[in-house]
Amino acid sequence: MGRMQEAVGRARAAFRSGRSRPLGFRLQQLQSLERMVREKEQEILAAIGADLRKCGHNAYSHEILGVLGELALTMEKLPAWAAPRPVQKNLLTLRDEAYICPEPLGVVLVIGAWNYPFVLVMQPLIGAIAAGNAVVVKPSEVSEHTAQLIADILPQYLDPVHVRLLFPVPETTELLTQRFDHILYTGNSAVGKIVMAAAAKHLTPVTLELGGKSPCYIDKDCDLTIACRRITWGKFMNCGQTCIAPDYILCHPSIQSQVVENIKATLQEFYGEDVKNCPDYERIVNKRHFKRIVSLLEGQKIAHGGETDEASCFIAPTILTDVSPESKVMEEEIFGPVLPILSVENVDEAIEFINGREKPLALYVFSNDKKLIKRVISETSSGGVTGNDVIMHFFLATLPFGGVGNSGMGSYHGKHSFDTFSHHRSCLIKNLKMEGMNKLRYPPSSQKKLDMAKFFLLKRFNKGRFGLIILALLGVVAAVVIKVS
Amino acid sequence: NPYAGLVSHLRAAWLSGKTRPLEYRVAQLEALGHFLEERKQDILQATALDMGKPSFEAYFTEILLCKNELNDTLNNLSRWAKDEHVDKNLVTQLDSAFIRKDPFGVVLIISPWNYPIHLFLMPLIGAIAAGNCVVVKPSEISKNTEKLVAEMLTCYLDSDCFAVVTADVEGTTRLLENKFDYIFFTGSTSVGRIVMTAAAKHLTPVTLELGGKNPCYVSDTCDVQNVARRVVWGRFYNAGQTCIAPDYVLCSVEMQEKLMPALREAITEFYGSNPKESPDFGRIVGDKQFQRVRALLGSGRVAIGGQTDEKERYVAPTVLADVQPSDPAMQEEIFGPILPIVVVANVDEAIDFINARPRPLAIYAFSCDSKVVNQVLERTSSGGFCGNDTLMHVTLTSLPFGGIGNSGLGKYHGKFTFDTFSHHRGCLHRNMGLEAINSPRYPPYTQQKMGLLLATFEIKRKGMCTLL
Repeated sequence: MGRMQEAVGRARAAFRSGRSRPLGFRLQQLQSLERMVREKEQEILAAIGADLRKCGHNAYSHEILGVLGELALTMEKLPAWAAPRPVQKNLLTLRDEAYICPEPLGVVLVIGAWNYPFVLVMQPLIGAIAAGNAVVVKPSEVSEHTAQLIADILPQYLDPVHVRLLFPVPETTELLTQRFDHILYTGNSAVGKIVMAAAAKHLTPVTLELGGKSPCYIDKDCDLTIACRRITWGKFMNCGQTCIAPDYILCHPSIQSQVVENIKATLQEFYGEDVKNCPDYERIVNKRHFKRIVSLLEGQKIAHGGETDEASCFIAPTILTDVSPESKVMEEEIFGPVLPILSVENVDEAIEFINGREKPLALYVFSNDKKLIKRVISETSSGGVTGNDVIMHFFLATLPFGGVGNSGMGSYHGKHSFDTFSHHRSCLIKNLKMEGMNKLRYPPSSQKKLDMAKFFLLKRFNKGRFGLIILALLGVVAAVVIKVS
Repeated sequence: NPYAGLVSHLRAAWLSGKTRPLEYRVAQLEALGHFLEERKQDILQATALDMGKPSFEAYFTEILLCKNELNDTLNNLSRWAKDEHVDKNLVTQLDSAFIRKDPFGVVLIISPWNYPIHLFLMPLIGAIAAGNCVVVKPSEISKNTEKLVAEMLTCYLDSDCFAVVTADVEGTTRLLENKFDYIFFTGSTSVGRIVMTAAAKHLTPVTLELGGKNPCYVSDTCDVQNVARRVVWGRFYNAGQTCIAPDYVLCSVEMQEKLMPALREAITEFYGSNPKESPDFGRIVGDKQFQRVRALLGSGRVAIGGQTDEKERYVAPTVLADVQPSDPAMQEEIFGPILPIVVVANVDEAIDFINARPRPLAIYAFSCDSKVVNQVLERTSSGGFCGNDTLMHVTLTSLPFGGIGNSGLGKYHGKFTFDTFSHHRGCLHRNMGLEAINSPRYPPYTQQKMGLLLATFEIKRKGMCTLL
């Protein structure tokens, strides 16, 4: 407890010193972060590999690529994002300065997850630094190699007073008794509730990136070969341990067997005959999750796969057919390489099915019919959507990435990260002269004053000398009228 | 659970999709406009009964500002609700990428008593505009307005999708046990914590508009008369019961000397020699609040006013001089017509004083020297800031209104209200063809594929080879 209080206290003192506010400092930190990612690339890939049995290529494209992209984007746009934003004024405020000033919040807590242990710490960290905050990072202890590595290298590149990664990793509930100015948590809904309840005590705003069962509807009218290839890629990457993986498929029974065949063929294409020994296929992160996922297979019709090996936490890519909506595999987020296929008669049934459940983090729909895709999107709710593919909306930084309902609240990526970690302070700077106009609002009241107030308030102007002249004239008129009456 | 039936009724209406079409939302918003027009006198009367709210003030805040928001929303709704297309990267060039504004579902608005129509109607406008079903829970303390809202609002709005709940503290606690898809709360910091804790059980996102002590720094270089008028106006509006009222003044001992007669003059100008008889000065809303405010008078020394009348719940426009940080008036948000003046040596001391305290909803700074105003702005943190005036920053609908830290989280007004009540859903609608572009991402992994991936995905720094 003392250690955490000390860490947070130091971060707060660092923030109060004001050093993290100037853009120069923030850009310099981001540049150092970029150097760290490039210089320590091999170590980072090795750590991720050790945690998730992930090959270098995968680790690079899943975790490093995105981080480098986010860093480059943030460094380029930061001056524009951080600049005060002038707003439209009304007649009453025409001569004033009115703008929104993005300001840092203070001390931000980033709680990472184990499935993408590097990027899920780095991406929020980038946004928090860009917005001028001091940051405390709590990585997941499950991905211990990555946590240890970041704990070692981060202080070599970043100001250790402003950015502090806690290692050994403390217990979350203990850490949450401290006061933060924003908490970004990535993980599951159960812990999400605990994080928000703890934040409530300090009135700390939160961004919760949670999970859920992301449905994937395949329409009869679509190129099944392509659809299944894309779904296979998104489902089995990282051994299914992806918050936005397509969790289950909904399709018409008549295409079910074709879907199964296509996925089987794609799996062969991706991982070859011997998936267990394929270096491109990962493992379940630990025994606890391994056992959890294996138990979901009980009583299910296995159309493909099903092989497991506890010693290495290996679960083969598995497809289940004719799955009942009430079965265990449909109760919780699978977070593993098990793909259930459920039958629906048509898109109406699919929409009803999706809406009868908690709002998911992602929603996928495959169809050649643009109108059908639009319909599914507009009649359902989810954190995000990709149509005719999976996962990809995550990689476009201009789209806000976040959940809704049980899958979370708030969003980040790109400018959305910057905005999440900033306070948007409204500023109105008036002139101490020009009191004539103000007389309208002062008591004693009169109908005349009221009528003039209505006029000035309900008109909107942006700029223009014409407006200024009118305003000046009206100001004079108002002053005269009030004086006379 | 006494409210379970109501909430599930609204949820069923929500699932039916009734509130989605823009035409429906526009019709409901226009009905709200009729409510304001037709019930104008009832509103002025109810708020007068509740806290002696002067009709000029009531008209301005409860009717005019709400109409403003309504018009702004109706004028811009179709633009705000449209899918917002975003910039794409190389890989997604041929796709459609946009942010959809989805309603959340069934939202709850809890409002306080001090601006009893304004503080539920303003968020209600945005909630309806965003396509939600809404439960409104007005304050039980402003009894007459509560009755008006409960009896009349539902005559104007579709009762399938909108409901008013009247409840005391216990009832509100039961109400909060239900799952809502968004909760918008305006009130005190302590109740704000309770609301957010209840919301956490259902992972319900919240906006909390809370309060605090809004400091008002007056520098030595200023037009004293104008400052006095603007501060008096902001402080004594609604008998001081305003979340963004200047709570206390920070100034030098010389400025305190100069301000006092100017403040006295402004008070007389506004309310006459006996404010008790002015129709433009309000009353404290209830006995409990009156006792609380009166107890604060024992701080510093009473320089102006200080008279009270328990029967009328009248507290005269009061200015306290030489108030110490340890005095009762400096321990809590005053929320009454009392203006303490705390002496500081200079602007640096004022800034340190402000920064040593919880971040307020608003900070005010008065100076003819714009550098001084900017210093206060840059070296402090608050929900909002107004230089050389009080209250006015919230009348501009293009500025977000909200707190930070203990003064709240989230923001609204104008488009910000609409955005508060919508889920911004990132959507990528891809092309089914052009599969070749995707091939570098599929296993089996090769160095060649990595090269292609790097070329198409990576954002390069400007000045180098930009592939976007």
